[in-house]
Amino acid sequence: MARNVSTGRKLITTVVAWTIAILIFFPILWTFLTSFKTEAQAIASPPVFLFFDWTTENYSEVQSRSDYLKHFMNSVVVSFGSTLLGLLIAIPSAWAMAFAPTKRTKDVLMWMLSTKMMPPVGVLVPMYLMFRNWGLLDTRTGLVIVLTLINLPIIIWMLYTYFKEIPGEILEAARMDGASLAKEIIYVLTPMAIPGIASTLLLNIILAWNEAFWTLNLSAAKAAPLTAFIASYSSPEGLFYAKLSAASTMAIAPILILGWFSQKQLVRGLTFGAVK
Amino acid sequence: MNLRTFLLGTCSAVALAGLAQAETLTIATVNNGDMIRMQKLTDDFTSKNPDIQLEWVTLEENVLRQRVTTDIATKGGQYDIMTIGTYEVPIWAKQGWLLPLDKLGPDYDVDDLLPAIRSGLTIDGKLYAAPFYGESSMVMYRKDLFEKAGLTMPDAPTWDFIADAARKITDKDNEIYGICLRGKAGWGENMAFLTATANAFGARWFDENWKPQFDQPEWKNTLDFYVKLMNDAGPPGASSNGFNENLSLFQTGKCGMWIDATVAASFVTNPKESTVADKVGFALAPDTGLGKRGNWLWAWNLAIPAGSQKADAAQKFIAWATGKDYLKLVAEKEGWANVPPGTRTSLYENPEYQKAAPFAKMTLDSINAADPKNPAVKPVPYVGVQFVAIPEFQGLGTAVGQVFSAALAGQMSVDQALASAQQLTTREMTKAGYIK
Repeated sequence: MARNVSTGRKLITTVVAWTIAILIFFPILWTFLTSFKTEAQAIASPPVFLFFDWTTENYSEVQSRSDYLKHFMNSVVVSFGSTLLGLLIAIPSAWAMAFAPTKRTKDVLMWMLSTKMMPPVGVLVPMYLMFRNWGLLDTRTGLVIVLTLINLPIIIWMLYTYFKEIPGEILEAARMDGASLAKEIIYVLTPMAIPGIASTLLLNIILAWNEAFWTLNLSAAKAAPLTAFIASYSSPEGLFYAKLSAASTMAIAPILILGWFSQKQLVRGLTFGAVK
Repeated sequence: MNLRTFLLGTCSAVALAGLAQAETLTIATVNNGDMIRMQKLTDDFTSKNPDIQLEWVTLEENVLRQRVTTDIATKGGQYDIMTIGTYEVPIWAKQGWLLPLDKLGPDYDVDDLLPAIRSGLTIDGKLYAAPFYGESSMVMYRKDLFEKAGLTMPDAPTWDFIADAARKITDKDNEIYGICLRGKAGWGENMAFLTATANAFGARWFDENWKPQFDQPEWKNTLDFYVKLMNDAGPPGASSNGFNENLSLFQTGKCGMWIDATVAASFVTNPKESTVADKVGFALAPDTGLGKRGNWLWAWNLAIPAGSQKADAAQKFIAWATGKDYLKLVAEKEGWANVPPGTRTSLYENPEYQKAAPFAKMTLDSINAADPKNPAVKPVPYVGVQFVAIPEFQGLGTAVGQVFSAALAGQMSVDQALASAQQLTTREMTKAGYIK
């Protein structure tokens, strides 16, 4: 039953929500605005907000200096590839943990999560050596593998919590009707868990898109994604903030747009369970 | 087209592609103006060497350092040419990680390289890296503010004069600060400045037996002087200011003086970026009369990792990029003011360059005044002016930089900072086996 909400209360909630949203969004907005300033305006003090001579000079400079499309394609392949591969492995494992738990399931889940607790730089050299020996340095395949591995615990954990919400009786009923294990997962479980899978997919694409440690350290010229593209515009000796902002805007725009369009799905997936 | 013609066509296309396949050099470099300019001019190289293609990996300095260090230490072989600093060259060459550059060609004229720069890149008589551009540090000051305060900047000022002038110029109500200096913690940030300044004050990192010297009066004088000066005449929040923050303060007219890398000269005199472009003067880094100027020496150099399969092509490229003709090429396309400075004597003898770059003489004098093999007043067991060329220095310098930055921020006293620096340096040097 819906509660009676007074207009005053609504107003307060709206104002609070907008304030928080603007606070969170402000750095991105500032980057966007800076990308249209000249280098001198970018460091002006006091800062100029909207009233400056908008210029697209930074974008053409960035475009002429580096191959955006190459980095963009690498980002797409690496983030989508690693997430899809991760889902392929995670769906069966999350199924096993949610519907056929053993007394060690909780430990296994904790153990998987514990791999995220180590700082990645601790395993940089061993990883680098393995990649070198297997010829995976600076390849998209290598990056897909490493990002799958580092995001797998998160994918499994998310899917596990979603699957837990699905009553096991429905799966049992499917089994009674003679569905094989594969059919049970593909035709019964997956369609019911679509919102959960979709939000896991989206969140992990975003995480993989933004991953900047492994993608920078294991790539050179060929497989470098957009994170390397941004890193090539940052400089401790020289003020190139406007160009850096233009590069950043170009790098985050695709994922921002993707997030915008899949907002509904994302929110539904993240709150899935609580409002069932 | 039937299947057979298609297959035949594909085969011959593949064969042709194989024949025409050029050697590709992957070059790792930093993001600064001179390197970016070089990338734009590489058509000149590839037209002269059609069998060599170039692929660039440009990264921010600190990211690049981590990236190339991992690669060279593991013999990853991702890069054919690496851009490395004067800090890395002696360490890496000793490790056997770099190839000596002995095929730069007859026209290269190694003797034309500035002696101070060249000596830092030469180990056991062999050149292990070729300098692409070199820099030192100097004083940049606002001529108008000095005039207003009735001061005249000497060509070679002392620290006492600088401190006095800084306090006189400071007008905090109008947001004018007498002096802007680095305060942000880091071995390449505040410690580059403070280590070089300490040399002028007679201090040194280690004595001949690698014993840390932070408990000596020279270091106390240095740090005391710096903290007091910055509290009186520095901008607020100076403990988080690095090169970029100070550059931005200076360009927006908030600093009377700024002591930093000579490369800044071309930024602060550029009317497109700087509001004080026509009011900047230059002077040598200050001293205290002990015979050492607190100016540093740095160069970005091109080097070839040992075990490279493409060493010949890589040397060809390095000879092109650091040769005399490259300087002429930049001058033709972008003017003499944009030529990468600080590597060759002949450049400073060129009257056209002297005319186009008002800061040329000061840069040359600053570079010549630095001596990486004898950086301090007292003898030291290490090489390097604003750093100590041992692998441990990155970690040590940053840890000491953090306590010094805290002293500047007022979170601890100068004495506490020095005691803490002494303690942590002694611990690390003992652990690393320098102190027996």
